[in-house]
Amino acid sequence: MTVYIMCFILFLVGLYGVLTRRNMIKIVIGFSIMEFSCFLFLAMIGYIENGLAPILKEEMENPVYVDPLPQAMVLTAIVIGLATTALLLAIAIRIYKKYGTFDIRKVNELKG
Amino acid sequence: METLLSILIGFMIIGALYALHAKDLLSALIAQGIVGYGLVICFLNLRAPDLAIVQIVVETITLVVMVAVVLNSSRKEVKESWNRNKILNIVTSVIIVGFLVYIFAFMIQPLQPFGDHSMRMAQYYTQMGAESTGAANLVTGVLFDFRGYDTLGEATILFTAALGVVTILRSKPKKESAS
Repeated sequence: MTVYIMCFILFLVGLYGVLTRRNMIKIVIGFSIMEFSCFLFLAMIGYIENGLAPILKEEMENPVYVDPLPQAMVLTAIVIGLATTALLLAIAIRIYKKYGTFDIRKVNELKG
Repeated sequence: METLLSILIGFMIIGALYALHAKDLLSALIAQGIVGYGLVICFLNLRAPDLAIVQIVVETITLVVMVAVVLNSSRKEVKESWNRNKILNIVTSVIIVGFLVYIFAFMIQPLQPFGDHSMRMAQYYTQMGAESTGAANLVTGVLFDFRGYDTLGEATILFTAALGVVTILRSKPKKESAS
């Protein structure tokens, strides 16, 4: 259970970053930390003690493999995480070009 | 295994805290690399080599793109200042975190302990995977054969995100129609 709790603490650290930082790059970093902790949690659920990596081998008798299903889903999620991070960074650089700062407090003044 | 993973996640937490508090944005990005590559080592210890390979590639691309963004703009951290609604913010944060902790403690009850997983769903995949898909790597078999539609959705999301990035970063905005 300890690892699950550590993983949750990592998620909370990312959430803290998203909530308290004023710099948009730091907010993107906080989002990716939250993503990482979710990936780690899902990969840990499928782990089996003394299990093998899910790649089939002929000569073994009654091998125990770790669960391949969460791994496949996390593989999908990692690539989607890359896409969302790229989109967030594109929005950040666009805002920087318009306002000249990464500070989110300066962005709330709407300009036409 | 559990102790090793706990130590690794501890390092990742320290790296994450430093990344969120660094004065220079470039060092913040490097510290975020600690978290990403620590995740790679965790995946290797969890017997997930495919995830480790993909995570290395994705983390490297993210790091390069982020460094390019920071070098094209400003490296300085914005000045922090306390605003007037300090107490309100703290109270809201405590309420949100308390709610999350309560939900986590509630949802972790039915989970089996770490390293003791009863593969209810994946039993079929591990037994019949080689015969029905012909792939020796079970993760590939699940990803491209049993759950092929998920991969199709992933490709759609990637395409949409690429469209979004191109739309946002287009240098010359379209001229508005005369009105």
